[in-house]
Amino acid sequence: MACVNPDGTVTESAKALLNIVQNPLTPEEISKLVGQPLFKVRSSLREMAQAELVKEEAGKFSITEKGKEKI
Amino acid sequence: MEHIQESQEKQIQPMPRLGEPAPQFEAVTTHGTLKLEDFKGSWLILFSHPADFTPVCTTEFIGFAQIHEQLREMNCELMGLSIDSVYSHIAWARNVEEKLGQKITFPIIADLNKEVATKYGMLMPGESKTETSRCVFVIDDKQILRAMIYYPLSTGRNMDEMLRLIQALQTTDKHGVATPANWRPGDKVIVPPPNTQEMAEERVKDKAVECKDWYFCKKELE
Repeated sequence: MACVNPDGTVTESAKALLNIVQNPLTPEEISKLVGQPLFKVRSSLREMAQAELVKEEAGKFSITEKGKEKI
Repeated sequence: MEHIQESQEKQIQPMPRLGEPAPQFEAVTTHGTLKLEDFKGSWLILFSHPADFTPVCTTEFIGFAQIHEQLREMNCELMGLSIDSVYSHIAWARNVEEKLGQKITFPIIADLNKEVATKYGMLMPGESKTETSRCVFVIDDKQILRAMIYYPLSTGRNMDEMLRLIQALQTTDKHGVATPANWRPGDKVIVPPPNTQEMAEERVKDKAVECKDWYFCKKELE
């Protein structure tokens, strides 16, 4: 896992992403805001969605209550 | 006899083809689990190397890392692959940075089960049954396979050619032209030959192009 450590904590880059998605954003918008390549943002969001730290609605990602506990 | 035939059939793997969608995959990399579809919208150079901690591959990795920023300016990403573990990749990338001063900034696929290598025809059993050859696949922003280059284990690749190839393909897409041998950005480009007699007659009268003959015309790009 690139974003979520085995002990359940999240990496610094994952925290940066979680902080950005307080409001719903597309992966493209997130990529521009955090300065990370789009492929990396997509991969991180997928992983964080699996861990229920973010949720996706109509192509936009936003932080969940579980995600808020991690930052 | 039937067993031999069956075994030969099993060994035949479809090869990727230019102009067709690049084979999709999901792989463990040094940047986490990545899918090919994660790269949609940007170009990608997917390349394989024989093994971590080997000298020719080390020179190539330094070369690829040195052109990574230039590639990104052309909306092109990079991703390496070999049949090594992700821990080996991490250790090698750290070693290259520590001993040779070059940070490896792109992801490297740990293709231990040879799944991606097999899909892309990166294994050349005549050279090695356990190592991938030096293959390069250029995948465009719509995930179409646009170019393939295969080098043997003994010969390191030329990074200028990687850049030139992306520049040439993107120029072709943008301007609807072809590029001649040894083309470099700024050089004249080839105007695709006319395919009717009427178009051929018009082409030789066209003042905007330089023609040696009706089928062989070049022009400057604006």
